Amino acid sequence: MIADEIYVFKPETKRNIIILGIVGILLFALGVFIASRSGGHHEAAEGGHGGHASVEASKHLVASTEQHAAAEGKGHEAAAGEHHGSSPLVKRIFTSLWQNNIFFAGIGIIGLFFIAIQYAAQAGWSAPIKRIPLAIGSWIPIAGILTIVIWFVVKEDVFHWMHHDLYVKDSADYDKIIDGKAGMFFWPLAHGSFPIFYVVRMVVFFGLWYMFFTWIKKEMLAEDINGGTLHWIKARKFSAIFLVIFAVSSSVSAWDWVMSIDTHWFSTMFGWYVFASWWVTGLATITFIVATLKNAGYLKMVNHNHLHDLGKFVFAFSIFWTYIWFGQFLLIYYANIPEETVYFIQRMRTAPYSWIFYANLFLNFVLPFLLLMTRDAKRHVSMLRVVCPIVIVGHWFDFYNMITPGVMKTEGGIGFLEIGLFLTFASFFLFVVLTALSKVQLVAKHHPMMGESLNHHI
Amino acid sequence: MESNKNFVVGIFNDEDVLLHAVEGIRGKGVKIQEVFSPFPVHGLDEVLGYKRSRLPIAAFLFGMTGTSLALLMQIWMLGYDWPMIIGGKDHASLPPFIPVTFELTVLLAAFGMVITFFIVSDMKPYKWPRQFDLRSTDDKHVMAIDLADNKLSKDEIGQILKDNGASEVNEKNF
Repeated sequence: MIADEIYVFKPETKRNIIILGIVGILLFALGVFIASRSGGHHEAAEGGHGGHASVEASKHLVASTEQHAAAEGKGHEAAAGEHHGSSPLVKRIFTSLWQNNIFFAGIGIIGLFFIAIQYAAQAGWSAPIKRIPLAIGSWIPIAGILTIVIWFVVKEDVFHWMHHDLYVKDSADYDKIIDGKAGMFFWPLAHGSFPIFYVVRMVVFFGLWYMFFTWIKKEMLAEDINGGTLHWIKARKFSAIFLVIFAVSSSVSAWDWVMSIDTHWFSTMFGWYVFASWWVTGLATITFIVATLKNAGYLKMVNHNHLHDLGKFVFAFSIFWTYIWFGQFLLIYYANIPEETVYFIQRMRTAPYSWIFYANLFLNFVLPFLLLMTRDAKRHVSMLRVVCPIVIVGHWFDFYNMITPGVMKTEGGIGFLEIGLFLTFASFFLFVVLTALSKVQLVAKHHPMMGESLNHHI
Repeated sequence: MESNKNFVVGIFNDEDVLLHAVEGIRGKGVKIQEVFSPFPVHGLDEVLGYKRSRLPIAAFLFGMTGTSLALLMQIWMLGYDWPMIIGGKDHASLPPFIPVTFELTVLLAAFGMVITFFIVSDMKPYKWPRQFDLRSTDDKHVMAIDLADNKLSKDEIGQILKDNGASEVNEKNF
């Protein structure tokens, strides 16, 4: 019934991916060069201007509580000014590194999450494409190492709460709000020392994700050799446990890795928001790889019906992401509490981020919504191969706007530096994923639901 | 409305037989008016040669009508007719209008679709559906062939139905 299929990672493909990475590094170097030449003046000019702009913006939006917001904004700017450890250029590189790392780590973990969902839901349709998310999941250990290494490199340059002075009661920089939240980072050690709780969480999360990835992968591959339903049942058990763990760990990692950058600010929607962004990006990546393999003549048993399901996933979760985005925005907009609105003022009304804020909605909602609305669009490789890259790039911008404004304030930028790093990460990611894909059967051999999937019809 | 119509009605026990029968009967050039089945039969639409419904296009247009109506209504009400200050926002500001706009889009799309479907299917109050065979709601697949649409005689069509696996062939006049 099922022919053996093995993906061949051709030397040309390898070469192209390596060229992509080299282009990325060159663009990054170019970006660093350009930024280093204009950096000094920029900083001096923007320093005063930034505070002013934020006051202007808050006047507009926060009519009655204007003074409070302005005072808070200024106080924060001043405090941040004191702590500038590294130059804006170094901070910009660090921010971009962290953003790309979190973005790609998310895609990797979504590979495993997708498989777990399929097992838990006892889904049959996805049987022939499960090896693609499995290959994407092989990014998890690399993402884990990168996250920990990059975190120790960037530390206080990205995470404001890492500054020791914030927790010294007599110091001018003492921050009562951050001190109140410090248990989340430093427990059980003293506030302002080593954030042991935070680092342990990071290690434990990646450890757990990697463990479950290994277990589920083992069952999936053993099924190729032994057949039967036992491996499927075991994989389902692991998947169910993983989903419970992921429900908690995805939220907490979103607070830790993204929300804690804007230390004063918090949103109860944020865990969901980051998850939604990761999830739809991961789905777009899976769909894009499936469509591309299909285009190249692989995956013979995948037909329009399977593509339709993947297309529906991308379509539906683009809307889901928008719903979460809007849920978070509307509450903050309506409540109009200065300490909450400051987050959106920094992003909507501040120079380098404003267009990204609106482009984010356009790329991640308007385009996928209109382009994938018809049945035919979801069923054809060509349209999916247009929409998926839009969604992936769109959510890269989403993560840019989650992370950069909080670190760089008004000094942030987007140029060759950021694009170069994105391409470098993308090439590394693709190389790892395609290598993993070429090592195992492209289609599961004795999957108990393969027959159901072959007759899948919608 | 459509009275004195003569139909040949084929009864099928099995959906696989039915699917092949539809292909075979259409292959002989017989026009099938409708097939009734107690449960959805996968692939029946395709073998019957039905075109895809244009209902989604209608739904999109109704949805767009809902979106525009909702926005116009709210902008007119809160911006012009009776301006109110709510939470210190501009009179006509977009974000608070989005939930209502969403709801009206869904409402009009849904109602529009249902009403369009009723009109297209000729379903209206006091109109009794033609029952070709009541067992189509239980365990039989029922195929209706309108004699007015076909050149072949009643007996010829009956024979073709039998050849393609119909368990019974009946006649029905309305």
